[in-house]
Amino acid sequence: MPTVIVGSARDIVEHCAVARFLFVDFPLGNPCGKPWDGAMQGRIVRDAVSLFETATRTQTTVISSERWGDDGWRARYMRVSDDNRAELARMGEALRRRRAARDRRPEVG
Amino acid sequence: MSDDRAVAYMARTRAYYEAQGFDRAYQYAHHDDAPFAPLPKPLSECTLGLVTTASLRPREPLEPREVASAPVTPVPERLFGDDLSWDKEATHLDDVASFCPIVPLEALVGEGVIGALAPRFHCAPTEYSQRATIEHDAPEILRRLRDDGADVALLVPL
Repeated sequence: MPTVIVGSARDIVEHCAVARFLFVDFPLGNPCGKPWDGAMQGRIVRDAVSLFETATRTQTTVISSERWGDDGWRARYMRVSDDNRAELARMGEALRRRRAARDRRPEVG
Repeated sequence: MSDDRAVAYMARTRAYYEAQGFDRAYQYAHHDDAPFAPLPKPLSECTLGLVTTASLRPREPLEPREVASAPVTPVPERLFGDDLSWDKEATHLDDVASFCPIVPLEALVGEGVIGALAPRFHCAPTEYSQRATIEHDAPEILRRLRDDGADVALLVPL
């Protein structure tokens, strides 16, 4: 079945390899446009579906011209620094405890 | 310009989980090639199926995820993804059309750009296990898309 992916993690999608990809360089979560901006969402989705007809070979990436605006998210997302290193270690420990508790739970049914 | 500034998510994720004390880096799906199915007829005659990684109801972080489907009419007021990795500082999922574009797609159907929207959209569970995705979830979603009469699919990961 012909597919188009519209997404914001270019490296992950291209590492996977897909047929047709519209890359929208936005923070992860809103690849189809900024919330409540129906005009932008309309443009992005139109560009995405146009790839069904314009792409002629696999692993076609088209870069959306839309802009998020404030670029502060680029440096903030999943940031690791001396400020949060101890907190991240604590979060990891808590997650491992929750997983261990889940795996000890008996199967039901 | 945007190309140069794109966030290196694989490298950043690796560093983030290393800082959390996980010593085995996640192996992102990788293929040398991807199948390319040509469009069988003009898009204006095609039925389009929509696939999202959001879920129909809130999930706990370690809750098992399953393929799910729901009608496109009425358009869902909320979909959920708090258990998934996306930029919760920069944005939110309060506007469904920003990540599950039923409304923008309906507008394109109205213009005749797309023939029709399939009656359901489908929720793809993002699984740690690529085997679960390849052997179970992806075939199940394809089966549902075909049941709906979809000719093409638009895939939208959060």
